[in-house]
Amino acid sequence: MLYAVICYNDEDIVWSWSKEQDEAVMGRLRAAIDRQITAGKMGPSLRLLPTTAATTFRKVQGEPLVVDGPFAETKEQLLGFYIIDVRDLEDALGVVRELSDANPGSTYEIRPIALYLPDRRATASE
Amino acid sequence: MTDSAWIGAALTAARPQAIGALLRYFRDLDTAEEAFQEACLRALKNWPQNGPPRDPAAWLILVGRNAALDGARRLNRQEPLPADDRISDLEDAEAGLVERVDGSEYRDDVLRLLFICCHPELPNTQQIALALRIVSGLSVKQIARAFLVTESAMEQRITRAKSRIAKADVPFEAPGAAERAERLAAVAAMIYLLFNEGYSAGAGALRAQFCDEAIRLARLLLRLFQTEPEIMGLTALMLLQHARSGARFDASGEIVLLEAQDRTRWDGKLIAEGLALIDKAMRHQRPGSYQIQAAIAATHVRAARAEDTDWAQIEALYVVLERIQPSPVVTLNRAVAVGKTKGPQAALTLIDPLEDRLSGYFHYFGARGAFLLQLGRADEARVAFNRAIALAHTPAEANHIRAHLDRIERESMPATLEK
Repeated sequence: MLYAVICYNDEDIVWSWSKEQDEAVMGRLRAAIDRQITAGKMGPSLRLLPTTAATTFRKVQGEPLVVDGPFAETKEQLLGFYIIDVRDLEDALGVVRELSDANPGSTYEIRPIALYLPDRRATASE
Repeated sequence: MTDSAWIGAALTAARPQAIGALLRYFRDLDTAEEAFQEACLRALKNWPQNGPPRDPAAWLILVGRNAALDGARRLNRQEPLPADDRISDLEDAEAGLVERVDGSEYRDDVLRLLFICCHPELPNTQQIALALRIVSGLSVKQIARAFLVTESAMEQRITRAKSRIAKADVPFEAPGAAERAERLAAVAAMIYLLFNEGYSAGAGALRAQFCDEAIRLARLLLRLFQTEPEIMGLTALMLLQHARSGARFDASGEIVLLEAQDRTRWDGKLIAEGLALIDKAMRHQRPGSYQIQAAIAATHVRAARAEDTDWAQIEALYVVLERIQPSPVVTLNRAVAVGKTKGPQAALTLIDPLEDRLSGYFHYFGARGAFLLQLGRADEARVAFNRAIALAHTPAEANHIRAHLDRIERESMPATLEK
């Protein structure tokens, strides 16, 4: 069975970590991730950049709204997410427009990725 | 991360908001700082036992305010301080406070706190020292070491700066839109000053950490003012410049020019954030000097190899920057781009009229020498490079120019001597 594990913390604090503190945490995480990959339990994982770099795309009716910042309404819940590989924000908005047309009413937070570790389960078990 | 390291990071992160709010209550910087100190001491005792609060800033504001009020009452009536357990159960009070203090008020608190460090009468270094002390919470000793002065000299400097801003009479009402924009611009300039202090210090200097602190403050400001394109631009500019810091100097501390830098040593995480921010900013179509400079940095960063750099785009961006913020230094930078697109003669013609105004500027003579050298005018290049060396700020700058001079010497040696 597949689960999504979603990590929350106060980003004011996390992005105030010194380089050394950040590297220490990331180092420990990498070790934990590697152990879980070897155990065949860890798929792809990623770390997001701060919400200040995020853009939110929202379309309820008519023209979509593109606003600065994260999506932060509590009425709605996270349904899923996509990893897209695009040139820039315009390009990303193009992809999101198409997703939104296919699934109207949803809101999309477009947030750059700080670190992306692909799925290595298959190679780890060999 | 240990508990105490986590608490330390939380206190640092909450500091601008907490001191900003306490300053609004008490209208006095020293009282606000002391109240925050007291709240931090109680946090160090309370948080490991009761767990960290959901909103550390709100907790610190409430506890700091109560502690300062208790202190004042005690002075008036000689009553003992209430026992810690009487104020340790803060859950309800905290929830109430979070509701009452809405985001916009916090926002102006932080802006005001940063703004008082930007008093126009304070020289640049004092603005930075003050911001590092008050907003970032660095100790006087740390700041003194970074600026290579004695602790008592720095203490004096900060005290003088504080007494000057105490007389400055910054209004405590919520600012109007125009006033807020003015404060934001002043604060952005101070943050960029702080960044440049770190950026120009070179590798290994204690001041290099100022770059990280400037970026942290800019991210904080951006969280509070999420739709300000110039704050996005400022943050992007610093991120994109800082991303290259690992490649700017070689193992012996010598400068490596942008074109020669090992691009695999650039920090991809900082670049991703910087590019996302400049893209966001441009969508607003309200250009400003930080945005244009960030767009220039982004153009450099987007080139996979130095020879792929879109110099025509960079030249066009400098033309816009010249219009927004005319200055001989901007023209000089445009000339470097012109040198790439139209050749060294066109670049030289562009900078010739600047010599009077840039006669004390290291980069003017460095660039001039480089253009002359490309044109094969070695004697004139030598003169320009010698003037650059005399104006260099760091040994690395001087060594970089000396390498050019050495090359001229080698290349001008008669063939017969070169066995």
